[in-house]
Amino acid sequence: MIALVVVATVALLFAAFIAVRRRQTRVARESLPSTRAAMPSVLVHDIAARPDLDALDETLGSRLSSSRSVFDRVRSLGTGTLTQEQLDTVEEVLLRSDVGLPTTTSIVELLRRDGAPEGVAAAVRSALRSSLTSASRELSTAVEAGRVPVWLFVGVNGVGKTTTIGKIATRRVAAGSKVVLAAGDTFRAAAAEQLSLWGERSGADVVRANEGADPSSVVHDAVERAFARGADLVLADTAGRRHTSSNLLDELSKVRRVADRAPGQVTETLMVLDATTGQNALAQAREFLAAAQVTGIVLTKLDGTARGGIVVAIEHGLGIPVKLIGIGEGPEDLVVFDPDSFVDALLEA
Amino acid sequence: MVFDTLSERLEKFGSSLKSRGRISPEDLDRALGDVRAALLEADVELGVVRGFLTAVKERLGGDVLSRSLTPGQQVIKAVHEQLIEVLGSSPLKITYASKPPTVILLAGLQGAGKTTTAAKLANWFKAQGRQPFLVAADLQRPAAVEQLRVLGSQIGVDVFSELANPVEVARRGVAEATRLGRDVVIIDTAGRLSIDAALMAEVGDISATTTPHYTFLVIDSSTGQDAVATAKTFHDTLELSGVIVTKLDYDSRGGAVLSAQGVIGRPVVFASTGEKMSEFDLFHPDRMASRILGMGDVMSLIEEAERNMDADVLADTASRMMSGVFTLDDFMSQMNQVRKMGSMGGLMRLMPGVTKEMRQAADNVDEKQLDQVAAIVSSMTKEERRNPTIINGSRRTRIAHGSGTTVPAVNQLLNQFTQMQKMMKQMAGGNMPNVPGLGKMAQLAARGAAARGGDLSSMEGLEAALARRPGAIVAPTSGGPKNKKKKGGRVTPPKNR
Repeated sequence: MIALVVVATVALLFAAFIAVRRRQTRVARESLPSTRAAMPSVLVHDIAARPDLDALDETLGSRLSSSRSVFDRVRSLGTGTLTQEQLDTVEEVLLRSDVGLPTTTSIVELLRRDGAPEGVAAAVRSALRSSLTSASRELSTAVEAGRVPVWLFVGVNGVGKTTTIGKIATRRVAAGSKVVLAAGDTFRAAAAEQLSLWGERSGADVVRANEGADPSSVVHDAVERAFARGADLVLADTAGRRHTSSNLLDELSKVRRVADRAPGQVTETLMVLDATTGQNALAQAREFLAAAQVTGIVLTKLDGTARGGIVVAIEHGLGIPVKLIGIGEGPEDLVVFDPDSFVDALLEA
Repeated sequence: MVFDTLSERLEKFGSSLKSRGRISPEDLDRALGDVRAALLEADVELGVVRGFLTAVKERLGGDVLSRSLTPGQQVIKAVHEQLIEVLGSSPLKITYASKPPTVILLAGLQGAGKTTTAAKLANWFKAQGRQPFLVAADLQRPAAVEQLRVLGSQIGVDVFSELANPVEVARRGVAEATRLGRDVVIIDTAGRLSIDAALMAEVGDISATTTPHYTFLVIDSSTGQDAVATAKTFHDTLELSGVIVTKLDYDSRGGAVLSAQGVIGRPVVFASTGEKMSEFDLFHPDRMASRILGMGDVMSLIEEAERNMDADVLADTASRMMSGVFTLDDFMSQMNQVRKMGSMGGLMRLMPGVTKEMRQAADNVDEKQLDQVAAIVSSMTKEERRNPTIINGSRRTRIAHGSGTTVPAVNQLLNQFTQMQKMMKQMAGGNMPNVPGLGKMAQLAARGAAARGGDLSSMEGLEAALARRPGAIVAPTSGGPKNKKKKGGRVTPPKNR
């Protein structure tokens, strides 16, 4: 403690010292003319089209096949060493898909070392594919006898937690399940209304409380009701929260603990992630994993221009599997994640 | 914070080249490669990164590097100047329509925070003495209108909506505001994907019908590479006047800020930094640049010191520091000055390089603990305070008894004080003390010096750098660094001679 006071005092002394010196030199400096640096006018950029990896193979292939023997034509399918230009193209494609620098660099290095015997696009595909986790992508409802499975939805603000719950509820109810929704977002204005509307649409039961109520108690009530009515699944909404706020993360841990108490049992904690999110998503996943033991990711808004490449880094670095992806507005547009088609979509020009 | 990476990389680069008189093209490439990596990690779009690097190279063109005695610092300077240029270019000043109401249209992707932003913006205008009016034209998301109504009633602003199509709602909303004599109308629209042609056409219709004076794109600060595509499509449809960044509090990533600005050439006008209605203000490019430089808060700290400390004590301190004399009496009087400036936690927040743990620890420092330090020092004799080396075991026990503390506490204070004295001697000798905490602060300030081509190694350089900071010459105001020389608040550092 004393150390801290001393550090602070010294630092402030230091500031005071500079303040005094500034005061002394102020008059002298005030008379200095200020000239502005000439401004390069490069502020407005055009967005270049994303290069196509397949095209890279074609040009390479046609270049080789047009001039060489049969033997070379076989080789032209792939290449032992890639040119710097090709590596740069690969890097650009990956970076612009939000895959992130560390993962991109490791893939580029892999290509530089091993070449691309099956063609560049195939090599990148397989590198990406092997970066993805092999963990199960099944959504679990397996509980001990006499307990109700709870799926908890977590994430930062505005990623689509409530909407995702609404869509899952619609599908589950349509499939004949009895679903209870817990309006655990007691912070955002009208979040409970939003969930209630989804409840009406889907035919799921909604448990809600007033704004500002304790989210844990809402989830607890929902679990109790689900148990009493013999429901098959509880979908628990939570308020969007910064992954940097330890208070809010503690609150989330508590919600999870309460939901996991008999008769409830948390079988999935799903982090909802907006596909437009960049490198920050990794930090989000790390914090939510620590606070609420995230078991899977729901990647939303993949129907836009964003590619959600950051999940490669999340799967690779943290081993959290993507379980569902949102590719449209309707409930049927929330689909099971398929690694192969995801990688294909990621690399499409 | 993401720009920390950039600052750190530049710092590393600067120190590796500090002593060198010449910089090879390879050195330069490596340095720019580091800048590239830092920008990409901050989610700045690849094309914008390229443009940024080209601009930095342009700044370094000609014989700038060969002429300079400190080429490493020239590189850093160029990077910093470019950052300020990008962030600080053409700030938008809100002017009100001569024939009210001033119409503001908000658009953006789903989940960017449009509805919350609409309410925050209304709240901001209210604080400016205006009479805002909210129009909820988001009829897409369930309960979006309800959300705006709730927020509206929280801030005391009327919300207009009805069951019609969004274009009609917007039109009638503006008409209603005119009838009620409100002078600012904020239209919230549904989140839409930039590739959804029908919805983009709809927001285009809203814009054509209401002819807004300002159209803002609301964008999530953690958006990745997609930020540019979004910004561009919305700009093509709506002719944006600016950008509002939300969720800048997450971990203050500024990538989307640079990307959006780089592509549409429109400034970030407002930034939302928290969940509360009040956590929303004009975006200050200069402050963002300062944060990237990692020294904006030092300025606030210095200004705070100037405001709250006695000029005499300051002058006295400075002269003592210069002469290298620093006693426990000086420490006490300084501590009292510090306490005048407010809570430890608050002050630590202003200091750059202070870790989260330190900040939390500082928040926990209460007045009682400071009293304890004061008690220990007060329990010493005059002689002891002047020359703490004479404090032996029995004196320590006496001091501990006298101050109601323990011998270890006394020991700790004395040890810390000895270190502090050493730092003071170093400073007086013109060297930067290399101590964690303070060292970081000195480094940060020194980095600023480097950024402006100053001399890193001496106190003079540091101080000169601070004086040369934009706005540093201006008399301190609570608003942080300001540049009164130029209109429009454009912040560009005066070029070095």
